[in-house]
Amino acid sequence: MAELNTGDGGGKGKKVRSKKQNAGVDLTAMVDLAFLLITFFMLTTSLSKPQSMNLAMPDKDKTDPTKIIEIPDDRSLTILIGKDNKILWYKGQTAAPLEGPSAAPFGKEGIRKVILDQIAKVKGIYGADPKKGLIVVIKPSKESNYKNLVDILDEMAITSVPTYAIVDITPDELKMLDKEGMN
Amino acid sequence: MTAMCDVAFLLLSFFVMTSTAKLPEPLPVDTPASTVQTKLPDSDLATITVGKEKVFFGVVGKDIRILTLEKIGEKYNVNFTDEEKKKFSLVDGFGVPVGGLKQLLALTGEERNKEGLQPGIPYDSTDNQLREWLLAARLATKELNNAELKIAIKGDAKEEYPTVKKVIDILQDQKVNKFFLVTGLRSEDF
Repeated sequence: MAELNTGDGGGKGKKVRSKKQNAGVDLTAMVDLAFLLITFFMLTTSLSKPQSMNLAMPDKDKTDPTKIIEIPDDRSLTILIGKDNKILWYKGQTAAPLEGPSAAPFGKEGIRKVILDQIAKVKGIYGADPKKGLIVVIKPSKESNYKNLVDILDEMAITSVPTYAIVDITPDELKMLDKEGMN
Repeated sequence: MTAMCDVAFLLLSFFVMTSTAKLPEPLPVDTPASTVQTKLPDSDLATITVGKEKVFFGVVGKDIRILTLEKIGEKYNVNFTDEEKKKFSLVDGFGVPVGGLKQLLALTGEERNKEGLQPGIPYDSTDNQLREWLLAARLATKELNNAELKIAIKGDAKEEYPTVKKVIDILQDQKVNKFFLVTGLRSEDF
């Protein structure tokens, strides 16, 4: 048993008397606590490293700002982020959307369903070719905040959308948001 | 038993000391959460903290910090003493214009991290000091470690998008198209 000896255990050169009862301090609880704390500090120090999210933006080509990459209408999903954590999405071109524009909230039941739905649709048309997957264009408005941006990028990671990009919002799309009262 | 006790307490005091050595940040931000579980790299890293429309900057590594400061000093014609360089090498993050840097370094660590003391680094087009800091830090990393500086953006969840956009634009102007967004952790079920 773990204990601290405090008795002298009988002196030398004296007659052996009847043995005294040792007054012992039980250290078990203290040692237990010490090890518990060690484990705690060990774990917390190694876990304190922050998480991060990789983000790669498209290269800004200043020599040719008018260069537009053509993408098929039925593969492009545009997500506009308005104020108060609201999303407006549409498929295809701004002038004549194939679907939408319709509103959706953030989260599992909202935009994630829409994205998964669209991925399935694109797969139905183009097959499972990874080069011909859904292309999501994210356009945050001035009213949106940083959390919205991280949330939507997170949705991209969760639903594993093959291609996505963050692009500046256009005046036409701002009008679209105005109409829905999201700007 | 005694030896085990000794070792246990030695370890305990070691962990207590190392874990409390972290100083409070000058600009506390509440990072948004994500499900992505990539860890932030330890070295060759610069962190841009964005919150309340202020921008703070910090680099990892003492040597890189000193060389970065020297480069900035050259650029803005400010002479930093060895004492100031040494102090700067211990600063995790700061948010003052170059003109106020000497004054900031004269303060103690605790005074420096008082909330609202540091006004943030100017990053608008007329006086873009954030760009100069980034450039200096990237050059310093290349010179010392022969590595590309990795850049992390630590933004407050409530920060408005235009501020973050401006910072991203500054990075993209330097052809830095890949960076890290510092986030917290959450489950997929939200």
